Amino acid sequence: MSMLNRRDALRTLLTEREKMIVVSGLGSTAYDLASCGNDPLDFPLWGAMGGAAMVGLGLALAQPEYRVLVVTGDGEMLMGLGSLATIAAQRPRNLRIVVMDNERFGETGQQQTHTAMSTDLATVAAGCGFQHVRTIREPGELEPLRMDLHALDDLLFAVLKVSPEELPRVLPPRDGAYLTHRLRAELLGTERALAG
Amino acid sequence: MRRANDSFTSHPEEQAQEWAQSVYELFKAQHVELISFVPDSGHKRLITYCQSDPALRTVTLTTEEEGIALAAGAFLGGKRSVLLMQSSGVGNCINMLSLPRVCNMPFLTLVTMRGEWGEFNPWQVPMGQSASMVLEASGVIVRRVDSVEEVYPTVEAAIMLAFQSRCRIAVLFSQKLIGSKHFTEGDR
Repeated sequence: MSMLNRRDALRTLLTEREKMIVVSGLGSTAYDLASCGNDPLDFPLWGAMGGAAMVGLGLALAQPEYRVLVVTGDGEMLMGLGSLATIAAQRPRNLRIVVMDNERFGETGQQQTHTAMSTDLATVAAGCGFQHVRTIREPGELEPLRMDLHALDDLLFAVLKVSPEELPRVLPPRDGAYLTHRLRAELLGTERALAG
Repeated sequence: MRRANDSFTSHPEEQAQEWAQSVYELFKAQHVELISFVPDSGHKRLITYCQSDPALRTVTLTTEEEGIALAAGAFLGGKRSVLLMQSSGVGNCINMLSLPRVCNMPFLTLVTMRGEWGEFNPWQVPMGQSASMVLEASGVIVRRVDSVEEVYPTVEAAIMLAFQSRCRIAVLFSQKLIGSKHFTEGDR
């Protein structure tokens, strides 16, 4: 069965990204995001496992004019499965969640996750109420997804089945206060970013 | 089916409504626009006020730590969010509290207490007794409210501390204030 290269896939999805906010989960997806550059609209997590999608929801509700993309791994998404129910109930039209599913806990020794054993995250999302759900295995399916990330006026959930190969780490900044101020300054301007 | 009786026994409904109204008014005055919760009967009135106001967005959570990540995202986007929960939810929050702490973000939660005053359910006691310590150990400033008169000034000060000084703060609404639940077999 064919599998995607996670870095190539994300680079494709972020082509002509324009003003898209990207929140990443901790670990491999943070490195994937860093491998695509270091944009002020990036918010890579280094912890808070299970929280990436909810950070995305908060951003999407606070900034309805921006598209918000959450890119996270299967392990991180599994820890926050309940958030899929919470998000579907809110149905923010500007939020997209993409799970890089390598069926492994890649940071900790490549142990299999539940998606290697029994769980289909796309089915979970659909069951929670996501109306636009897909699982992608072929590079040719990435461009239509990229178009939807930019143009679809609705909540979207996509699973990318990616190779479990370990890639060289590309580290994003890990100072949380810096990342916070950088994103707020970009969205709100420096003066408001420095205020409460 | 036997169910717990949800009535308040130690304080009348009007008193519960009174503090909920003042907290709701503070949310409006202080531009808190995003209210998330795992419901508790102690927050019932406040949740109803918030859900009845089209200018507020309410988010029903499956577990309390979702509300911390939600508040972080809201702050990144320039909005103020508050998390409502019961003391039993505090333990669910511990690791996620690292997010606002490391990122120097404000965080405010209003916690209705169980397991500390006339509690009928022994399963509520452990988290009720440890909530304050767990929060403080996680870097959260803890303030308690024991009477109706203290609600407005304490929540107002907590909002200022959270959003002006970017602190993590929890206001614990004592079980004495919200009233202890009782439970009788056959009640529903």
